[in-house]
Amino acid sequence: MLFKKMSMELDVFVGNTTVLDEDVYQLWLDGQTVTDAVRIRIEAGALQECEANAEVLLSDTMDQFRTFQMCERLLQSPSKVANQLLFQIPPHRQTMLIERYYEFDSMFAREVLGKKLSKGTKKDLDDIGSKTGIVLKSCRRQFDNFKRVFKVVEELKGPLVENIQRHFLLSDVLARDYAAIVFFANSRFETGKRKLQYLSFQDFAFCAGQLISYWTVGAVDNVVENMDVDLEKEFLHDLKDLKVLVNDKDMLDQHKSLVCAQLRGKIKVFSEMEASFKNLSRALVNIASKLTHTKDVRDLFIDLVEKFIEPCRSDKWTIGDLRLFLTHYSSSVHTLEAFRRQVIWDRYMGVIKSCILKMYHD
Amino acid sequence: MPGKLKAKIVAGRHLPVMDRASDLTDAFVEVKFGNTTFKTDVYPKSLNPQWNSEWFKFEVDDEDLQDEPLQITVLDHDTYSANDAIGKVYIDIDPLLCSEAATVISGWLPIYDTIHGIRGEINVLVKVDLFNDLNRFRQSSCGVKFFCTTSIPRCYRAVMVHGFVEELVVNEDPEYQWIDRIRTPRASNEARQRLIFLMSGELQRKIGLKVLEMGGNAVVGYLQCFDLEGETGLVVRAIGTACTLEKISTLPATATHPSNSSPSKDMKDSPQAAPSTLGCRSTHSSPVHSASSRLSQGFSVSVPTLLFAGMKPRHRSSEAPRARQCRPGFGEEAPGVPLSSGPPTPLRAQTFSSFSPSKSYSRQSSSSDTELSLTPKTGMGSGGSAGKEAGPLKALLRQQTQSALEQREYPFFTLTAFPPGFLLHVGGVVSARSVKLLDRIHNPDEPETRDAWWEEIRQEIKSHAKALGCHAVVGYSESTSICEEVCILSASGTAAILSSRFMQDGSLDTEHRLSRQPLCVFSTGSERVEGDMGSSASLGFEEVVPPGCGFCHIPYDELNIPFPAQLTYCYCCRRYKVPDVLFTTIDLPTEANVTGKGCLIQARLCRTKKKAQGEGNATAISNLLPFLEYELHTQLMNKLKLRGMNALFGLRIQISVGETMLLGLASATGVYLTALPSPGGIQVAGKTPSDITYEQHISNMQKKINDTISKNKELHEINPPEVVEEIIGSPIPEPRQRSRLFRSHSESSDEVSELDLSHGKKDAFVLEIDDTDAVEDIHALLTDSPTPAGFYSCNTEIMPGIQNWTSAIQMFTSVRVFRLNANLTNQGLNKIFSDLCENLLKSLYFKLRSMVPCCLCHLNFTVAIPEDELIQVAVTAVAMSFDKEQSLENGKQSGEKTLIKAITENDEQLQFNLELNAETSSPNPLSSPKGLSEVGSHPSARDRCSSWIEQLKLKAHTIRRGSVKTTSSLEKASPLPEGRSRSLRSNRSYSGSSVAVVKMTPLSFIPGAKIIKYLGIINMFFIRETTSLREEGGVSGFLHTFIAEVFAMVRAHVAALGGNAVVSYSMKECVFMENPNKNQAQCLINVSGDAVIFIQESELESTSVQTQSATTHTSNGGEGT
Repeated sequence: MLFKKMSMELDVFVGNTTVLDEDVYQLWLDGQTVTDAVRIRIEAGALQECEANAEVLLSDTMDQFRTFQMCERLLQSPSKVANQLLFQIPPHRQTMLIERYYEFDSMFAREVLGKKLSKGTKKDLDDIGSKTGIVLKSCRRQFDNFKRVFKVVEELKGPLVENIQRHFLLSDVLARDYAAIVFFANSRFETGKRKLQYLSFQDFAFCAGQLISYWTVGAVDNVVENMDVDLEKEFLHDLKDLKVLVNDKDMLDQHKSLVCAQLRGKIKVFSEMEASFKNLSRALVNIASKLTHTKDVRDLFIDLVEKFIEPCRSDKWTIGDLRLFLTHYSSSVHTLEAFRRQVIWDRYMGVIKSCILKMYHD
Repeated sequence: MPGKLKAKIVAGRHLPVMDRASDLTDAFVEVKFGNTTFKTDVYPKSLNPQWNSEWFKFEVDDEDLQDEPLQITVLDHDTYSANDAIGKVYIDIDPLLCSEAATVISGWLPIYDTIHGIRGEINVLVKVDLFNDLNRFRQSSCGVKFFCTTSIPRCYRAVMVHGFVEELVVNEDPEYQWIDRIRTPRASNEARQRLIFLMSGELQRKIGLKVLEMGGNAVVGYLQCFDLEGETGLVVRAIGTACTLEKISTLPATATHPSNSSPSKDMKDSPQAAPSTLGCRSTHSSPVHSASSRLSQGFSVSVPTLLFAGMKPRHRSSEAPRARQCRPGFGEEAPGVPLSSGPPTPLRAQTFSSFSPSKSYSRQSSSSDTELSLTPKTGMGSGGSAGKEAGPLKALLRQQTQSALEQREYPFFTLTAFPPGFLLHVGGVVSARSVKLLDRIHNPDEPETRDAWWEEIRQEIKSHAKALGCHAVVGYSESTSICEEVCILSASGTAAILSSRFMQDGSLDTEHRLSRQPLCVFSTGSERVEGDMGSSASLGFEEVVPPGCGFCHIPYDELNIPFPAQLTYCYCCRRYKVPDVLFTTIDLPTEANVTGKGCLIQARLCRTKKKAQGEGNATAISNLLPFLEYELHTQLMNKLKLRGMNALFGLRIQISVGETMLLGLASATGVYLTALPSPGGIQVAGKTPSDITYEQHISNMQKKINDTISKNKELHEINPPEVVEEIIGSPIPEPRQRSRLFRSHSESSDEVSELDLSHGKKDAFVLEIDDTDAVEDIHALLTDSPTPAGFYSCNTEIMPGIQNWTSAIQMFTSVRVFRLNANLTNQGLNKIFSDLCENLLKSLYFKLRSMVPCCLCHLNFTVAIPEDELIQVAVTAVAMSFDKEQSLENGKQSGEKTLIKAITENDEQLQFNLELNAETSSPNPLSSPKGLSEVGSHPSARDRCSSWIEQLKLKAHTIRRGSVKTTSSLEKASPLPEGRSRSLRSNRSYSGSSVAVVKMTPLSFIPGAKIIKYLGIINMFFIRETTSLREEGGVSGFLHTFIAEVFAMVRAHVAALGGNAVVSYSMKECVFMENPNKNQAQCLINVSGDAVIFIQESELESTSVQTQSATTHTSNGGEGT
């Protein structure tokens, strides 16, 4: 009855210290409309607080949303947040605002992973939104964040994670996730194939971390000018030399017998392992030797799944069996006297082993 | 030629992109003062230019230094076309002119554009070299300190309170100049901003001159306002209280530290010099322009609240307004009533003599063309007796102070809080209003007409005060409301009797002078004052009055009461008469004895009026005003009773005029004064011929009311006075029965005794519901929802019953505009307006729920009718957290007053002695050393400085008691609200951002902190306009950004002065206009306050015990800004 007779034209609340409600911030980040946010808050029991009514809640939500919208411009270049004058926000709240703004849904990140962060992809956000149930507005924010971070650190020298942390003032954990996203976007790894669908963002982020730590230029050289985003060309080239492990029949047999000797009685799938050893070894070495081609680098994960993980899985290897196998598979190479590229082998297998172990699940 | 202004432009940052092609800016800066302009080099292609300019030097008169702002313009260099302005910074250099204030302005200041808002920041350095050539005949008043604070500033002591200063300057409004048609909105806005800066400077300089003439060195309670009259001009006016202040040095020994800047230094310690200044004062008190004759009279009412007490309002309502109403119509008859009952004041005589004896409406044109004379002068308060007082003792006192005050034209004080012993008695609220037509001003460019208007009103106020037996008006303020050509001028204050202690008086007897010499030094925190009170009493010119109740004692003669009131003997001292209800515009005196807690009480009223023009409109408004005022008071009184309280403080009645309606909003803080009698309930009385269902209805209503009253009493912890009496330990303990007896003796009114018999309840306030209006009223009464748990609210500085503030404070401004969609009746309007205010309050509570337990202090509502059918409500207040556990204990531990002993040892360092002082003086038989140590063991104490005292004591007792650890753990265990504990943690981990935190508060103090320096007044005026309203987030987005920008600019300027807080902050003007069809909006905001440096109390003592460290963390909390 009241509303018929009057309407609110204007309603603002400005505190000397900017008033920020973290729950409402989350709703805003989630891309909720004001109406939905009010409904969600009511469902969460906000009306019990402080004798509020729906009108109060609406006013508060609108006001908070407006505040966040005003802050958004600053959040897009987080280094400005600390020395801007418009909002007086205590440092810990600034950190919270930034961190939360850059947080993302791993469901969403999983979808975008390895894709080119261009405008064309943005059109797909609608699809991603309907697939993951994430509100389009939130998808936009997350996508724009990826793009923004990517653009800034793409050309920067020095360690990727540190660069992200320095420019976006993010926590270590979040910066690592962004490093993974940037790394995947840069190398354009294939992650979208149906066979890779079972892998989560965290699986890939782990693998990315491994790749960044061991296979990039920055991994060997501690010189700061080096770039972290690209895999080391020289190393990839050297991987060709591993071919001898499968091409040389003697070496392959010797390798097999060494591994079998070590694993006999220790794994349940011994016979299956014995039968497929050559195939598995060939798969891993072939993947390595092909990495000089950009196309094959992109297919690294699908190759690992198709050529290694799936055969193991069909033979019902347990994760423990797999771990033992991989450990001995890579270590026994050291006893092959004819083999000279031990360092390259270790660098390769170290990453491959941890990636496979991470990826080996249902 | 006494000043050299130097400015240096260091750098810029976050500049906007001005060149789309390169995404960069080629910025340079113009520095202008007066007519001199300097330029920096162009710093090419950067959004963060480093100019690092030379020092630009301006050699100027100090008069110009006071009037002009330093204007810094940042521009983008363009080789081919005109340079684009990025924005401007105006710097008020006044703080640099006073040696006690800031010495340099240095820091990042926002670059502001009236169309785009803040566009980056500029780092500047500004200094002033002042040659101390003190020419007696100069036009400048450098060195006079200005304070918005309406009490003696915290680190000063008042040597002398000289009195009222006022000034008014007028100019053509640039928006209404012909040139405005051809210039850009930006140019027009900037012209306006600059003009107001200049006018404020000029006004301040002129007021300063008056202060110097009076022999003062400071203006306290400086209140500057704008009247945007429109076509007729732009008025900037200010009032304040001239004082001689002295800085309190940290060492008690050097109490009479000479303050170097003050040219009136010689005055300070020698009362002998007083006569010479008297001469000066007389010139001051009659400003040149005041000679204009008071031709006509506005409507005015004096409202000693007692008027309505214990009376049947219905009867009154029909009488009083009618009397007023008829007066403009029957001009000749009218004078009879009030004049017969009271001695004609000169004003009145004049007023009436100016009336032509012809018919009312012709009179207006004949008396003067420029003004509308409507004189619905009433007998509400002023109609009563203004006879001299009876008591011989009082008379003696009065003669003395009166002689001091009578020489002043206006014995007004803008202060709302006073040095102890200054405020003796309070009479009640006096107010006056007058309706004027702006288009009738003869010389719109000259201030004479407006001066005359205000003079009229002030005279009115003065006479009202006299009628209340008072010689002074305290808590005085003035305001206007303008709608088209109609302007309502309002003034209000509290009639009071003051001690002559801080006033100059040549005719004082030697005895007094002798006594005054030790007394004349008053410090905000000194034990000495307490002693003074005793000595003054012993000298015999004032009765010994327990200070906790003294101000409640009636100043008027009880046999000749100016209005019907019930008087009783004071419930504290039992010796003097007190009224049953007390309304005031001042803050609750710190020494007042209060039972329970206070709360915000608002009366809200809307009245429709017909659209009219010119005189007809003014007449209609004049006719409505008395009704409005009367009903607001009835509402206030009812709501006060409903809360079981008996006094209102900080009363502020705002009446706003629109084309089709009038809005009235009265806000005040209700309290239960222990000295005053317990308020009776509210009795509902029905129509005489009534049926059973009706009676049922009545009794239901009665029950509801009674329930509400008892609920409210519980909520506000108002215990029955019997208990209170025991606690306080009145010097003359009297059994309750006897006091009753006393009272019934004094109650001679038959009406009351009749009530007594019929309802068995004393002083019940009778509400007759003889019409639907009254039923509505009662419903309205009951709709005010109580504050949610954990919240308290008040519109005064301090909330009685809460002292243990944490340092978490949050100042905020909230603005709402409502559109009324339908043609509404008065009742409908009332309901909407009331709901609007209630909802706004609810929203505030909800917003600030993380600060619970907390109190919203200084809740200051401003209503306006920006357009037809629009209502705008703006609130500025501060939310302050307090410690719940302590406050609970508080109520029980009145024995804490004994803490005083600890203070005496260290009084000089203390900031809050004022309050403590008050407590010392209240006699306390309970005090014993034992109690002392007991109290000390609790981390709770009554005062803000309590923890400090605790600590002292703890220090003393540490070894013996070994209880320190326990205490601190207790303290830590107290559940801090989440937000606060979080900030606590973070503050340790983050060493601070690059932007200094600046606290803002409308109060004169910062809890848990000590103000160590006042850096000068902040007085800023901004205009913001947009032609892309939708793109900026609509009206709300636009205003939200603007207010945030204003805050940011205030903070930046304070930080540049070297300060870390603004106290006594207020948003005086917020004029919002929109035109959604054109996608446009414009807003004007004026803010003011005192820039200060404060240090956390905890930082004062570096060697702190653990108890203290607990407080330290909270007080450093980033949340509390």
